[in-house]
Amino acid sequence: MKSIDLAIGIGGAAGQGIATPGDILARIFVRRGLHVNAYNAYQSIIRGGHIFLTLRTSDEPVLSHGDTLDVLMPLNQDSMNRHLKLMRAGSTVLFNSDTITPGAVADGVQLCPFSVKALAPGIKGDLVQNTIALAAILRLIKVDFAILQEILTLQFKRKGAAAVAENVGVARAGYDYAETHFTAFPFSLPDTGKRLAFFEGNQALAMGGAAAGVRFYCAYPMSPASGVLHWMARHARQLDIMVRQVEDEIGVINMAIGAAHAGCRAMCATSGGGFALMTEALGAAAMMEIPVVCINVQRAGPATGVPTKTEQGDLWQVLGAGQGDYPRIIVAPTNMADCFKIVPRLFNLVDKFQCPGIILSDLLLSEGRSSIDPAELDFNVPIERGDVIGLNGDLPAVNGGFQRYRITESGISPRALPGTPGHMHVVATDEHDEDGVLISDEFTDPVKRRAIHEKRMRKMDGILPLLDAPVVHGAADAGVTLVGWGSTEGVIREAIQQLAGAGVVANNLQIKWLVPLHADAIASILSAAPKWIIVENNYSGQFARYLRAETGLAADGHIRKYDGEPFMPHHIVDGVQAILSGAVKQYVPVHEIRV
Amino acid sequence: MATTVDQAGANTERAKPTIKDLKGRADPDWCPGCGDFGVLAALKQAIVELGLQPYEVMTISGIGCSSNLPGYINTYGMHTLHGRALAVATGAQLANHRLKIVVTGGDGDGYGIGGNHFVHSMRRNVDLTYIVMNNQVYGLTTGQLSPTSIKGMNTKSTPFGSVENPINPIPLAIAAGATYVARGFTGQQKHLVELIKGGLSHKGFALIDTFSPCVTYNHDNSHEFFKQRTRKLEELGHDPTDFHAAMAQGSAWGEVIPIGLFWRRQDLPALDQLEPVLNGGPLAHRPLGVAPDVAQALINELM
Ligand SMILES: Cc1ncc(C[n+]2csc(CCOP(=O)(O)OP(=O)(O)O)c2C)c(N)n1
Ligand code: SF4
Repeated sequence: MKSIDLAIGIGGAAGQGIATPGDILARIFVRRGLHVNAYNAYQSIIRGGHIFLTLRTSDEPVLSHGDTLDVLMPLNQDSMNRHLKLMRAGSTVLFNSDTITPGAVADGVQLCPFSVKALAPGIKGDLVQNTIALAAILRLIKVDFAILQEILTLQFKRKGAAAVAENVGVARAGYDYAETHFTAFPFSLPDTGKRLAFFEGNQALAMGGAAAGVRFYCAYPMSPASGVLHWMARHARQLDIMVRQVEDEIGVINMAIGAAHAGCRAMCATSGGGFALMTEALGAAAMMEIPVVCINVQRAGPATGVPTKTEQGDLWQVLGAGQGDYPRIIVAPTNMADCFKIVPRLFNLVDKFQCPGIILSDLLLSEGRSSIDPAELDFNVPIERGDVIGLNGDLPAVNGGFQRYRITESGISPRALPGTPGHMHVVATDEHDEDGVLISDEFTDPVKRRAIHEKRMRKMDGILPLLDAPVVHGAADAGVTLVGWGSTEGVIREAIQQLAGAGVVANNLQIKWLVPLHADAIASILSAAPKWIIVENNYSGQFARYLRAETGLAADGHIRKYDGEPFMPHHIVDGVQAILSGAVKQYVPVHEIRV
Repeated sequence: MATTVDQAGANTERAKPTIKDLKGRADPDWCPGCGDFGVLAALKQAIVELGLQPYEVMTISGIGCSSNLPGYINTYGMHTLHGRALAVATGAQLANHRLKIVVTGGDGDGYGIGGNHFVHSMRRNVDLTYIVMNNQVYGLTTGQLSPTSIKGMNTKSTPFGSVENPINPIPLAIAAGATYVARGFTGQQKHLVELIKGGLSHKGFALIDTFSPCVTYNHDNSHEFFKQRTRKLEELGHDPTDFHAAMAQGSAWGEVIPIGLFWRRQDLPALDQLEPVLNGGPLAHRPLGVAPDVAQALINELM
């Protein structure tokens, strides 16, 4: 049983410094071994607008940012107006009464006004209210002041002793004021004695790349994928990774292909718009049989769309990327630990099968943050480079007449790295014969074309058995199976816990490996399910259509959301109940808050 | 016989390659008389004269008649997408900076669809030798306008004559930061070989824009046309370290069209020389994996 489940919301305008109290709270939580899930709702502006950070912690794993808030910390009137109406009995609202006034409030909500002018007379700056509110929150959950003092000392050390003294003083005033004026929560923040780590999905993907031995990373900045570039750039010299910001995404993927052909593990990341520019080259990688990994962090489309909002709207773009049929692997990690682990796994596969691999993430997963047990971040992963001649610069026996695309039963032909004596050959995006000579121009030969095309495509048959078949999570005798893909795993599983409380037994089938797809395994699970509902973050039911195409099965109901915000558990609960009652077949929840 | 340090870093006695060693697996399928034959011959000759081993060289192209060149020469080769050769080559060069990378292609490939990569490869001074077979027309797609087609040219896509101004790649390249900028003509083989050798020996981005007439689709800018007009810069007393003279000569287009080395500067490091991550040798040959203490440091950042 959970001993605590605490959700804190911090809202204000961009530039008001929401991140700092959020980071400090998260660190305090994970250092006590508490699990954390954080979601930041923001917009594509640098100053102004409205940002809302939800930080939820518990001694049990936190599957989503949840439905409700226990603490609201509005840093301006706007944030107060948007969120106060959602606060329920037992919750607390902390605000600077110099500038913010509460409106109508539900019974049992504790309003905690404090005056910055009174508590920190003469101290200037917008950030003072953040420090006071942060200190007050810590008092309400009975965290010792010494812990905050230590963090603030570290944070302001660079600015000198006076700055440290001022900030610690302000915090002390807030802490003491809360002690005498506000009612604390009926628990003290537990400490499990085991520290956890805290990171965002993009960091997990980048670190997964490092673990995989990525030596070449390039990108063109695009939200919400830039976090991968930033992590790579920061660590490039520590890890000996060539990191480049390229002129456009066409250049990005082609550069990665060049590096991969020369022998590096090469990776790049973008969002849907950049991915659209990369598609021709993904086919080129497959045609030349060069392993490369590309991450698409989806955001709400189409076109520039909603750059800072989440969606699972690129499935068909990725399925259809590039002209012609070509072998490739597409995977959608389902949680943050997965983001880390999937990258070395995918590199081993693409190296073995010499084809492109695509990771389909989204804003929720990539910019969402989560605690993680550091033991899960195992960098000592198996590395399998496949059949490569001349790796590490070794000198094989010179043979000449190297057949780069030798026709084999598996479809895999050994590749030779440029620079290796005796193995000169040409890799071409034009159709070619086993020796690399073009068969596309003057001497097109249908027999050869068929043979080499089949050789390439045969690789797909070898990939499928190496991928874990999806399994049902939860009760075997469930009355309804909730099917999701990628990032929605956590929120679906939390909704299932809530449904159990309401007497509905549901389980979850979360699909991770999208291409090749374990269609038979999925079909047998779904044919046996009394009812199944697909939950996805897009308008047209992209995954429902894909599953139908691959399995011939149609879902009993659909829960879809495409307003830019991620699902909250109750959205799914309400949808399942509406569908099971027969009221609707498709449910689109209303997102209650405008952020 | 020359003693050199090869890819693996080992000292080996090796023979200079011959033209025969460089014969590719396929024979060119260019139209008889196409200028591109001259570029292929000059490139092979330059490699032979410099004593480069075929396996140390990688020839990378895009798509077009001219971009078929890698198939006709026995080096490592990549025949990539239309316009993307420079991007692919940049990745390959940074992944293994011991490779000698030659990029070959057409004017449409490089100055049209590949224009963005062209400009940025030059500004980065990537260590590549870029030979553009400039025939001022789209050959492979059967004769449409190219970014270097002269104003007024009648092509399949401009049946009433082009109203657009062409690009002049020479001043463009100088302005964009290329550190070796030359123009050759397939009718001047020896001269072209020297320019290519100069490019291959240059550390940094070398452009060798080469008049390589298309005998099938461009009857305006023919072999004869260039034979009558081209003059070697050496004979014109040009100083390739003089920026303004280089821009002026590069912009000249009329009864006299200069060929030769317009511009060279050797004081700027190439991109690979600026990246400390390459200090430990080619990235492509490094062992993979993160040392346990480094991994722990990465995790500690998150705690
Ligand atoms: C993305 C893309 N667009 C168009 C083409 C068709 N295409 C092939 S070659 C070419 C132009 C060739 O002209 P150039 O690069 O000057 O080379 P040339 O054939 O004259 O040597 C075009 C437009 C293509 N292959 N790919
Ligand atoms: S069409 Fe023109 S460029 Fe192409 S091979 Fe023939 S002569 Fe050469």
